[in-house]
Amino acid sequence: MSETIAYPATQRRGETFSYLPAMTPDRLRKQIAYMIAQGWNPAIEHTEPEKSFSSFWYLWKLPFFGERSIEKILAELEACHRANPGQHVRLLAYDNYSQSQGTAFIVYRADQR
Amino acid sequence: MAEKTYQAGVKDYRKTYWTPNYVPLDTDLLAVFKIVAQAGVPREEAAAAVAAESSTGTWTTVWTDLLTDLDYYKGRAYRIESVPGDNNAFYAFIAYPLDLFEEGSVVNVLTSLVGNVFGFKAVRSLRLEDLRFPLAYVKTCGGPPNGIQMERDRLNKYGRALLGCTIKPKLGLSAKNYGRAVYECLRGGLDFTKDDENINSQPFMRWQHRFEFVMEAVRKAEAETGERKGHYLNCTAPTPEEMYKRAEFAKSLGSPIIMHDYLTAGFTANTGLANWCRENGMLLHIHRAMHAVLDRNPYHGIHFRVLTKCLRLSGGDHLHSGTVVGKLEGDREATLGWVDLMRESFIPENRSRGIFFDQDWGSMPGVMPVASGGIHVWHMPALTAIFGDDACFQFGGGTLGHPWGNAAGAHANRVALEACVEARNQGRQVEREGREILTEAAQHSPELRIAMETWKEIKFEFDVVDKLDTARA
Repeated sequence: MSETIAYPATQRRGETFSYLPAMTPDRLRKQIAYMIAQGWNPAIEHTEPEKSFSSFWYLWKLPFFGERSIEKILAELEACHRANPGQHVRLLAYDNYSQSQGTAFIVYRADQR
Repeated sequence: MAEKTYQAGVKDYRKTYWTPNYVPLDTDLLAVFKIVAQAGVPREEAAAAVAAESSTGTWTTVWTDLLTDLDYYKGRAYRIESVPGDNNAFYAFIAYPLDLFEEGSVVNVLTSLVGNVFGFKAVRSLRLEDLRFPLAYVKTCGGPPNGIQMERDRLNKYGRALLGCTIKPKLGLSAKNYGRAVYECLRGGLDFTKDDENINSQPFMRWQHRFEFVMEAVRKAEAETGERKGHYLNCTAPTPEEMYKRAEFAKSLGSPIIMHDYLTAGFTANTGLANWCRENGMLLHIHRAMHAVLDRNPYHGIHFRVLTKCLRLSGGDHLHSGTVVGKLEGDREATLGWVDLMRESFIPENRSRGIFFDQDWGSMPGVMPVASGGIHVWHMPALTAIFGDDACFQFGGGTLGHPWGNAAGAHANRVALEACVEARNQGRQVEREGREILTEAAQHSPELRIAMETWKEIKFEFDVVDKLDTARA
């Protein structure tokens, strides 16, 4: 019988992509390109980690309606992160056809692993 | 309109119910049956007989026929087509006027359309292949209590499919041991766990005890992971009163979702529970025990696409769809057909997927398909490609059977899913490159690596029994 490995104490996660290694700039660019290609509108939210369970995080500026520049979105993510150290920052994509979000994932974790 | 006179006796159905020149109205309910007639019965007569027996007709003329306007109320067989590759069976298209059916009652529709007529002697076998519910009828039904987008918003799940697991063994666990299995799955990364359909309230685990321990497990896993989670608390019960009692208790414990078996419990109970869920902010997971009794025989019964439409009208937020790739029956194109019927708002006729009619759901919310049964991490690339994001993948043995336990099994599935989603978004062909995608992801996840080693040999390659007729030809 093969050795059983103990599963570690449960870690805080953050929904989509939080079980993969932290995003590298290159991987992040590709995900932003996908959002834009889908016709979705990127937006940025941030929150103190202790309030992260709420549906409503702080909205950073307004959603970037019609923005086609990956670099612009990256710069906004970084600006949000700089202005809110110690907070989670997530990137989401409004899908106005489904009236929901096409995707959402945390880019900067307060407790960055 | 007094020109008709009464003549007792039996007359051919086709004289009244075969109307090949009829152009169906937008408000007609349309049905297509696959019929094998008894020897010597012409196709038109068999089709007309089915139209008659499923609407206004009976075997003989009765004087009270003349007290109403039968031409207004009768079902009409209006088209006959050969079944590809089959000399015995044919399709009969029948139009029913809207006023034949009580508003908002799938029960009433089915009682007419799949009632006595299925035992009718003039036909050797009969299968209801598809139904077109007119939008005017759809608007009278409640439909899914929440729908896919509300579920995503309630649970904060975006940009990926959801992951679940049915707790095993199906029967025999105590409430606390069962809660343990739930906790391990959820803390490892699943969104949902599920009561097996057989779990109701047996002597080994009464429902109150299960609900309490399971909800403690859900709350703890949520607090530890920071993610929203749920367990489908099965409220299927011997009586409607008992069903509602269980639903109320689930709500009082803060559960976001409950479960119901819509065929064994029946459409009346299901529609009632869906209404309760709509009023109480509860998600409703639907199991489909007994469906294969009805839908597996290609010549007799009710096709699953009809059962799918009936559930969407009756109400449910999740419905099992088959996996295409796992241990249970399901032809790929046919499955994609009924998955569309669950999720989309307008589904055009598409015979290559077994869709006989345009179906317009108007603003009715969509149902999330649930793929469950014999699937494991190796199936994740195909599942992602086939179902996309608006689906729930349930790995029972594929989670609990992990050599390191449920949490590690759950973790492996979550890593595999996220890796496939990321790769798809990058424009990679996930089904073709599945092996590389999973192998790359496993470099960062020993849990996934072991899961891949454990299940690498498992395949389910039996041919399906119920193929699409177009594929049979």
